[in-house]
Amino acid sequence: MITVDYLILCLGMGLVTYVPRWAPLFALSQRTLPRWLEEWLDMIPAAILSALILPALVTVGEPRQLTLWNNDLLVAVPVFLFALRTRSLGGTVVLGMALYWLAGKFLG
Amino acid sequence: MSDHAAPADKASILRDGIRAAWPICLGYVPIGLAFGVLAQKAGLSPLAIGLMSLLVFAGSSQFIAVAMLGTGAGIAAIVATTFTVNLRHLLMSSAISVYLKGLHRRWLSLFAYGITDESFALNLVRFREGNWDFKRALTVNHVTNAFWVASTVIGGLGGALIPAHAFGIDYALMGMFLCLLVYQLRGRFYVLTGLIAGAAAVILSIAIPGNSYIVMASVIAATAGLLIRRRYPRITRQRGSR
Repeated sequence: MITVDYLILCLGMGLVTYVPRWAPLFALSQRTLPRWLEEWLDMIPAAILSALILPALVTVGEPRQLTLWNNDLLVAVPVFLFALRTRSLGGTVVLGMALYWLAGKFLG
Repeated sequence: MSDHAAPADKASILRDGIRAAWPICLGYVPIGLAFGVLAQKAGLSPLAIGLMSLLVFAGSSQFIAVAMLGTGAGIAAIVATTFTVNLRHLLMSSAISVYLKGLHRRWLSLFAYGITDESFALNLVRFREGNWDFKRALTVNHVTNAFWVASTVIGGLGGALIPAHAFGIDYALMGMFLCLLVYQLRGRFYVLTGLIAGAAAVILSIAIPGNSYIVMASVIAATAGLLIRRRYPRITRQRGSR
């Protein structure tokens, strides 16, 4: 059963999520960007992924606190090296899962 | 390799797209199931769960929305929170627009729907390496979207029956992020930008509650990266910055 309120909520969430996904694509792909902006955008993927990864590995709880010894971080080291060496996305995902599972079993 | 080297028949487009997308799908399944279970516990029917996944398609904001529903938050508050959590797509959409030049706006509008952390990073790498085109990228978007919607609904139907934390599946997304990051490190300069972003994100995430640290740290790091690149062009050109 879906209420009108719930439908409005989902439509609202969908709209405010869609617009930031859509507006730059719509505006920027039709024109030539200045060189500095292209270079800036070229930095964005490395920046976003690092900004997503690092806090997830070294902070815990809400409010977040620093933690430098946990399974997530421990497993990330060999998984990162494996990715550097093989560049295999599927292999990295599977190895990460396996090591994380083992870490949970043996390190607790 | 040119951008037009990839075969254009539907079967090979679909095959290439699915081949590229499966690690993302693998990562979405446990998170989708977990979301479904939580949403079901918060009183949402499988249909309601599927509707949200289909209309929003952004995992972390959906988790937050369900948690807020549980505390009795109003629609406006949830929508406003969703907006700030998902604002980072602004940066991704900008970055990927470079590879979708001259495309019909109808197709752009469809593509925009499927821009996520994962599909964005994967498609960007493929575009850069060549042998990739809009249709393959769109396939990645839609296959991963289908997995997301389906796994959240399945979670809502009977996700409690699936053992939590099985087979290290909680780590699938992190494994994927790590490899996608490796793809982005195309020289010492990108490594430096990543380090700045990571350090800034850790500090900001501890200092400021919520998820605004992602956008803030990314903008700081990309700007610092650009300034360094401009200041020391010779160092940065040593390893194919383009």
